[in-house]
Amino acid sequence: METTVVNNNFKSEEYFINMGPQHPATHGVLRLLLTIDGEIIKKVDPDLGYIHRSIEKMCERDSYQQIVHLTDRMDYLSANINNEAVCLAVENALQLEVTDRIKVIRTIIGELTRIASHCLWWGVMGMDVGALTTYFYGFRDREMINDIFEETCGARLTMNYNVPGGLMFDIHPNFVKRVKDFVAHFKTKIPEYDRLLSNNVIFQKRTMGVGVLSKEDAISFGVSGPVGRASGYSCDVRKHHPYSALDQVTFKEALRTEGDTYARYQVRIQEMWESLSIIEQLIDNIPEGDFRVQTNAVIKLPKGEYYQKVETARGELGVYIISTGTKNPYRLKFRSPGFSNLSVLNHIAVGSKIADLVAIMATLDLVIPDIDR
Amino acid sequence: MSYLSNIYNGIKTLLTGMSVTGKYFLNARKGAITQQYPDNRATLKMFDRFRGEVIMPHDENNEHACTGCQKCELACPNGTIEIIWDRGIDEVTGKKKKKIDKFVYHLSMCTMCGLCIDACPTDAIKWGQNFENSVYDRTALTRVLNKPGSKVRAGIED
Repeated sequence: METTVVNNNFKSEEYFINMGPQHPATHGVLRLLLTIDGEIIKKVDPDLGYIHRSIEKMCERDSYQQIVHLTDRMDYLSANINNEAVCLAVENALQLEVTDRIKVIRTIIGELTRIASHCLWWGVMGMDVGALTTYFYGFRDREMINDIFEETCGARLTMNYNVPGGLMFDIHPNFVKRVKDFVAHFKTKIPEYDRLLSNNVIFQKRTMGVGVLSKEDAISFGVSGPVGRASGYSCDVRKHHPYSALDQVTFKEALRTEGDTYARYQVRIQEMWESLSIIEQLIDNIPEGDFRVQTNAVIKLPKGEYYQKVETARGELGVYIISTGTKNPYRLKFRSPGFSNLSVLNHIAVGSKIADLVAIMATLDLVIPDIDR
Repeated sequence: MSYLSNIYNGIKTLLTGMSVTGKYFLNARKGAITQQYPDNRATLKMFDRFRGEVIMPHDENNEHACTGCQKCELACPNGTIEIIWDRGIDEVTGKKKKKIDKFVYHLSMCTMCGLCIDACPTDAIKWGQNFENSVYDRTALTRVLNKPGSKVRAGIED
């Protein structure tokens, strides 16, 4: 009788691989140093800085009007919300009161940006776990928002539509009609998203119970946005510190308690519904008024420190300005949501498999230029 | 039993998902929903506000509206605009007056932020809709926007 000979060539041994910087699942130039045992991840070590452009230092050189266009290039999927953050910080420092029209338009554009960002995320999330169709559907719906932006702001991705004191130009006459068309169109598409991906058994098995983040860890890692809310951490800046016209609308904060990848997925799907509801509440009665409040050609902030936070599609973006009373900021710091959300990756990915790491990273929704700045 | 119900659920959700894709497959719109560029170049029309490149419109008398005030040069974050100016003689008053010699626009450095056009007091520059800016040599991206022999339109003051 033959006996099975154990092949000693296959010893269990930890080894090291590079994931990135040019890897489709890292969604940019992020390099992950993985220590793995077989397929089990022992350690994830992100290596940053491949797309560092020293935006914060360039802000010290630029005037306050010029800073705004640099923030387009940080989190390019929430470009309008980033612009809004800088403009709000400058307006608060100048104690400049903008008209209701500006506030409402800024809020509508911001929520459209959030939906566009989540559409892209949904498509890419499906593609990361192996469903290519979602990519086409997500981009098809995002295209309608991009057309709205192109008609009103003049650009599709880096709009630079906000200026300190208001908006660069008024909304296009077609804006309201196009937004209404989009809302009606998109309301029929989210149930399709659910049928196609959310309720799919394979997708649920790939995501449920993967990358669990507890509420305590979410708070101690400084996680914000949909990632934090999926762990039950109520951290929506729109709810707790409303800015622009967000105090005029009612919406529910998307909260889950599971903290796994599927919960993060569900939070973003619910956020699309909430954003649609915010747009619907505002789009019918955009108040009349000026779209721009005149400021001095050279804006000089009073001496002091100013902080403004907004909720981008990824979480809390903070703008911290130290002014010495000149036309440039002495120091300008961006607290970007992607950086804090990335810090949690090692904590939740240890012990799972490499394929799970891709699913976890997809729901962290990393935008690398936002992390490196 | 749970093994069989797993198989049943798996097939059911698969068919539900395929009903979505199947619906689009059967009800495909006439033509494609994607952009047909470059096949539609003849009919392609960009939106009015589309930011392609900065242009300086000239009227039929080869006159533009730029007074050479350099506000656009100051507003630009990247040093894209360079105005080379000198003093001319105003025909009406006979006094010395600033005029542009060359309005140099470095398209290769432009981020299309629109601050120059926002800052221009006389609307001398505006956005052009051309976006096909690929060239083999980057020096071709440095342009002089005012045409040779052009002068500022009478009555334009900044």
